[in-house]
Amino acid sequence: MRFMMIMIPKGYETATPGTMPDAKAVEAMMKYNEALQKAGVLLALDGLHPPSMGARVSFSGGKPKVTDGPFAEAKEVVGGYWMIQVKSKEEAVQWAMRCPGGDNEVIEVRQVQEFADFPPDVQKAVEKFPDLTGKPK
Amino acid sequence: MQQTIAAVWRIESARLIATLARLVRDVGRAEELAQDALVAALEQWPGSGVPDNPGAWLMATAKHRAIDQLRRHSLAARKYQQLGYEMELEQNAPGLEEEAADDIGDDLLRLVFTACHPVLTPETRVALTLRLIGGLTTEEIARAFLVPEATMAQRIVRAKRTLSEARVPFEIPDGPQLSERLVSVLQVIYLVFNEGYVATAGEDWVRPALCEDALRLGRILAELAPNEPEVHGLVALMEIQASRLRARTDASGAPVLLLDQDRARWDQLLIHRGLAALERAARLNGARPPAFAKFAIAPGPYVLQAEIAACHARALTAEATDWERLAALYAALVVLMPSPVVELNRAVAVANAFGPAEGLRIVDRLVEEGALRDYHLLPAVRGDLLERLSRHAEALVEFERAIALAGNSRERQLLESRAAEARSQTASQVGSIDACP
Repeated sequence: MRFMMIMIPKGYETATPGTMPDAKAVEAMMKYNEALQKAGVLLALDGLHPPSMGARVSFSGGKPKVTDGPFAEAKEVVGGYWMIQVKSKEEAVQWAMRCPGGDNEVIEVRQVQEFADFPPDVQKAVEKFPDLTGKPK
Repeated sequence: MQQTIAAVWRIESARLIATLARLVRDVGRAEELAQDALVAALEQWPGSGVPDNPGAWLMATAKHRAIDQLRRHSLAARKYQQLGYEMELEQNAPGLEEEAADDIGDDLLRLVFTACHPVLTPETRVALTLRLIGGLTTEEIARAFLVPEATMAQRIVRAKRTLSEARVPFEIPDGPQLSERLVSVLQVIYLVFNEGYVATAGEDWVRPALCEDALRLGRILAELAPNEPEVHGLVALMEIQASRLRARTDASGAPVLLLDQDRARWDQLLIHRGLAALERAARLNGARPPAFAKFAIAPGPYVLQAEIAACHARALTAEATDWERLAALYAALVVLMPSPVVELNRAVAVANAFGPAEGLRIVDRLVEEGALRDYHLLPAVRGDLLERLSRHAEALVEFERAIALAGNSRERQLLESRAAEARSQTASQVGSIDACP
């Protein structure tokens, strides 16, 4: 099963554009990433620029509305993620615990939904979706 | 707590066993020491909580136990050698977490080569590899291979004894031996993968957990032996094949053949990883020595198979499949791996590239040779080609033969529907002949 470990750095919600982690923190994190890779559990990872460089699209009333960052109402924001493949939630949590996180950082561990997790009616809705191969079903 | 300990075990056990095996020079004993440490954790952690560095705790516990055993031993027989180990153990006891990462890598690689040693039977290599490097319990391995737990436990005990009796050294083979032994390691990993991808027994056609175990082993190996193109070839092959797992069965668990799969359900993340691994392999193959293309090393069998898988992965629709390239790749593969199964696959590619009659010629040669007599896919492919040539009655005979040979119930169902189709086609053909004046 797959889990996403979502890094939530407190303070990142107000970080100025171009904010980067310092070299020492990056070095520790690279070591951790390498450990995930060497253990054969790492599928993907990315770090994200601060929200001040991003935008939000909301859909109130069914109409998309764009707000440029930073977002005054955001209490916590995503700083990056790791996608890992492990056998259990406990194993994902154990990996999260090995992260060299700082005082201001929180990692949220979330399981990726698989097709088999969906109830039958949702599975049907997905199945009905047009095939990208363009063949009639 | 039990689940937490199981998770810690899965993360730490391979490194633990590998390090201990170097110290005590016996994989079987190393594994027992690691198990003892696990038992200690199961006894103590529920009361004391999980230690801050659970890996170091397990290592220290196992090492203390090793020292105890050696002391008791060396009282009876004072072997200098044993005392030597003891000193090394003592020196290693403090600052456990300081083990150099490189050393652990080498120990892990030694462990992989030992578990896949040719003195063991292939099934035993698989069991031992899953157990020692994959961190699976005997129960999990037994369940994966549908044998009773006691049988699997016995197989593992016997394997450890064989290694010890044969005095298999705990080492990385070098020189020409390395590539030979690497073949065995890759084989073991791919065997695990295939047992998950095309289950040979049982009700389920695929068992994704086994594929994930094999992928994990492959990814570990790619980090341990980064300069071996075939390792990356195997990883690429498994990543790309695994990318289709979601599309390979329908909602009822019945198999869906490659060309009928909904490609929107292929896992793009795994395809991307597979193509990247293949690129790594190609770079290694072509880049030795860098300036002389004519010295580029011909791709090995896993790289070629990965190229085949990649060829399918790159086609946005089944119709867009580059069958000529596939036919050429299979032709190259059959030279490296002269096997009737590969030849059968080549027949399919040739049939799709140059027409069913061309493919049937290859299949008929296989039938003549008497190869694959008990392999259900031979009549299944022959039936398919005959069907495409509108020779429905002959096709029906082939599908029926395939049904009789198929071991997996899901696959049998698929063949039965093909047979029913051929039967109705035969009937309408007969009907139309009757209707002729």
